[in-house]
Amino acid sequence: MADADETSKQAERNTNVGDGIAVKKQDIARAKNEGKELTKDEKQRLRKEKKQQKKNKKDDKGESEHENVPLPPSQAVVQCQSQKAPSVAPSLALTPVSVCTSEKPAKSKAEQRAERRARQEADRAAKGKKGESAQQPPSGKSKAPPNELQPVVKRLPEHVQVDDPAAVRKLAKKLERQQIPVRSEYGYKVSLFSHLHQYSRKAPLTQQISIPSTVIHPYIVRLGLQYSQGIVAGSNARSIALLHAFQKVIQDYKTPPNEELSRDLVNKLKPYISYLNQCRPLSASMGNAIKYVKKEISNIPCLCKEEEAKKQLLSCIDNYIKEKITLAATTISAYAIEKISNGDVILVYGCSSLVNHILCDAFDKKRKFSVIVVDSRPRLEGREALRRLVKKGICCTYVLISAVSYILPEVSKVFLGAHALLANGYVMSRVGTSQIALVAKAYNVPVLVCCETYKFCERVQTDSFVSNELGNQYT
Amino acid sequence: LFRQTYLQMYFRTQISQDPDVASAAAAIRSLLEFLKRDQSETLLGLRENLTEAIRRLGEADSSVAVSSGGELFLRFITLTSLEHLDFSQSKNLLVERGELFLNKISLSRNKVAKLCHTFIKDGAKILTHSSSRVVLKVLENAAADKKRFSVYVTESQPDSAGKLMAEKLRRLNIPVTVILDAAVGYIMEKVNLVIVGAEGVVESGGIINKIGTYQLAVCSKAHNKPFYVVAESFKFVRLFPLNQQDVPAQFKYKADILKTAEDLDKEHPMIDYTPPSLITLLFTDLGVLTPSAVSDELIKIYL
Repeated sequence: MADADETSKQAERNTNVGDGIAVKKQDIARAKNEGKELTKDEKQRLRKEKKQQKKNKKDDKGESEHENVPLPPSQAVVQCQSQKAPSVAPSLALTPVSVCTSEKPAKSKAEQRAERRARQEADRAAKGKKGESAQQPPSGKSKAPPNELQPVVKRLPEHVQVDDPAAVRKLAKKLERQQIPVRSEYGYKVSLFSHLHQYSRKAPLTQQISIPSTVIHPYIVRLGLQYSQGIVAGSNARSIALLHAFQKVIQDYKTPPNEELSRDLVNKLKPYISYLNQCRPLSASMGNAIKYVKKEISNIPCLCKEEEAKKQLLSCIDNYIKEKITLAATTISAYAIEKISNGDVILVYGCSSLVNHILCDAFDKKRKFSVIVVDSRPRLEGREALRRLVKKGICCTYVLISAVSYILPEVSKVFLGAHALLANGYVMSRVGTSQIALVAKAYNVPVLVCCETYKFCERVQTDSFVSNELGNQYT
Repeated sequence: LFRQTYLQMYFRTQISQDPDVASAAAAIRSLLEFLKRDQSETLLGLRENLTEAIRRLGEADSSVAVSSGGELFLRFITLTSLEHLDFSQSKNLLVERGELFLNKISLSRNKVAKLCHTFIKDGAKILTHSSSRVVLKVLENAAADKKRFSVYVTESQPDSAGKLMAEKLRRLNIPVTVILDAAVGYIMEKVNLVIVGAEGVVESGGIINKIGTYQLAVCSKAHNKPFYVVAESFKFVRLFPLNQQDVPAQFKYKADILKTAEDLDKEHPMIDYTPPSLITLLFTDLGVLTPSAVSDELIKIYL
C-alpha cells in the first residue's frame, strides 16, 4: 500500500507542480502522524508554507503569480512559468484532489490545505492569463521580490526598462512593501534615454521619510543622502562607507524573539539596500560587498550567541575592507610601479583613489615622472586628484578633456581607474574615459587600467546606453 | 665561488660541444650538474644556490631564453610534495625531476617542427630572419617530406648570422638566397610566408627576437602575408613590454657589453619586441596557438 502510494506520488510529481506541493505536504503530515521528528528541511518547508499563506492573503492581484510559489527546488519556479501558457488551470484544481482521495483518511488537514492551495493556484492562473503576454518578457528578465527565494534568472538592475510599465509597477509595489519612498521623475524626458530613470533633483528622497525612520536605520538614511548629494563619491569610497554603515547597523541590531539572526538580519538589510539604490544606483563594487556580507550573515551557525555572531560579522567586514581594498591597492601599485620608468609623462583622468595611490607610491620610490591630469565638467573631479598629487610634490599639468588630442603626443602612458570590469573585458568608468582611451590608441600610447578584483562584475555590456546613470540636466 | 665560475665554464663547453642544442637546454643541463654537486644541507639553501646559479648563467649569456628556461626549471623541479622525505631523498627527487624536464625540452624542438612543416606548401617561397635552429628543423622536416620550396634569409647584421643559416640550408639542398636587411620590403611581394624563431615569448603573445624582426613583421602585415613564429614552451617568459623601450635592458645587449659599457644608450640593441597584433600563429610544443591564447598557456606553465 505504501509502495503504491510512493509510485503514484512519483508519477504525479513528474507531471504536475501544484500536485507536487500537495504531495510534499502530505509527506510532512504523514511524518507528523507517524510520530517521527520533523527533519530540518521539513521544518523549512513548513515555515515557507506559512509565509506563503500569509502572502496569499495579502496578494489580491495575480501580477507576480509565478514568483510567489515558494518551492525549495528552483526548477519548480521555471516549471510554473512554462505551465501558465496552456490551459492548466482546471487540471491544477482537479489532480490534487484525486491524489488526496487515494491517501489514508487521517490526513484531512493536509488535504484541506492542499485543496485551498490548489484553488488559489487556479485563481491566480486565471487572472494571470490576462497580464500574461506583458509578463512573459519581463518575467524572464526582472527579479523576483526580494522577500522570496533566490530567482532562477539573472537580475537586471532596476533602473533599466523604465519604459516598461509592468516593470515600473513591480518596482513601485516592492518599494511600497518595504516602506521606502519612490523617487519622482522629471516631467520632460529625453527620448534617447527613456529606458533609464530620469529623476527630479528638486526634493531629496529623505524629505518623504518620517523622522525618526522606523524602517531605515539613521546611519543608512545619512549614507543615502551623502550618495545622492555627491558628498561621498568614487567607487572605493562608496563601498567603504557602505560597509562601515553596515557595521553600525549590525552593532545596533537586536534579534527579535523567535527569530534567527542569520535569517532576520538579511531581511532587515533588504529595505536598506532598496533605499540606497533609490538614492543612487548601486555600483558593482557595492553589489559585491553586499553579496559578501549577506553570505557571511547567512553562514552564521544557528547556535551562535548574538554577541559572538555580531563580533564575528564585524571582524569579517573589517577583513574584507583590509584585504580587498587596502592590501589590493598595495599589491596593484607594486605591479604598476614596474611600468613607470624615469622620464615618463603619465596621463590620468578624473580622480581615482587607486591611481593616485600608485602615483604617490611611485614618487616615494624615487621615480622621476610628471603627470598630466585631465578633467571634465560638470563634476571637475580632476581638481581633487590635482590637489593630492601636488601636495605630494609631483609635477603636474592640468587640462580639460577638450585638449586631450593636443597634449597626447607628449604622453608616454595613460593610467585609468575603473568603476567596474565586465565579464567580456570591457571597463566601466567615469564618462570620458573611453574618449581618452580612443585618442590614446590613435597616438599609439599604451593605456593601463587599474582595478581591484572586488570590482569585477558578471554583466556584459557592449555600449554605454543600455544601462547607465543619468546626471542632473540643470548643472 | 669556485663552483660558480666552474658553472659558467661548464655551460660554455656544453654550447661549444653541441652547437645544435638550444642555449636554454645547455643552461638547464649545467644547472642540473650544479644541483647534483651542490652541498647545501637544507632545501631553502639549495633553492637560494640555484637562484644564484641562474643569475650567474644570465651573466654568461644574457638571452631571454636562458632566464626563462632557468626559472621554469626551478619551478618544475620544486613542484612536488617534499614534505615527508628527508633531505637526501628530496634532493634525489629534485634531480629526477630535473632529468625529466631536460628530456622533455630536448624533445620539444621535434614536436614544434612536426606541427609546423605541414604549413609549408609545395612551391612556397619562405622568408626567415637570422639564424634559428628551430626554423632549420622545420625546414629540414619539410624537405624530408619531399616538399619543394625556396628560402630567403636576411643577412642579419651585426653578426651576419644569416650567412650561417644559408650555409646550413645549402647542406640540406634547399635553394636559398641571402638578402640585405634593408631589402625586406623589396622582397616581401615575392614571398608566400614568413617564419621566424623567437628568443622569448611574452605574456601578451608578442615575441622578443633578433633585431630586425619587428620590421619584418610590419612589412608582412602591410603585404598581408602570414607571419609564423616557432618557439619551444620553455621560452615563455613573464614579461609584458608595452613598447620597445619597455624591454628590460639586461636582455637587449650582450652580456659582455652590459658589464663594460658606460652609456647603454649609445650601444646597439641586439633584440626587439614584436607585438602580438602582427603575429598570425605561434607554433609551440603545447600546440599551435594564436597570440591571445599564449597568455593562457603561460599562466598554466607558471602556476
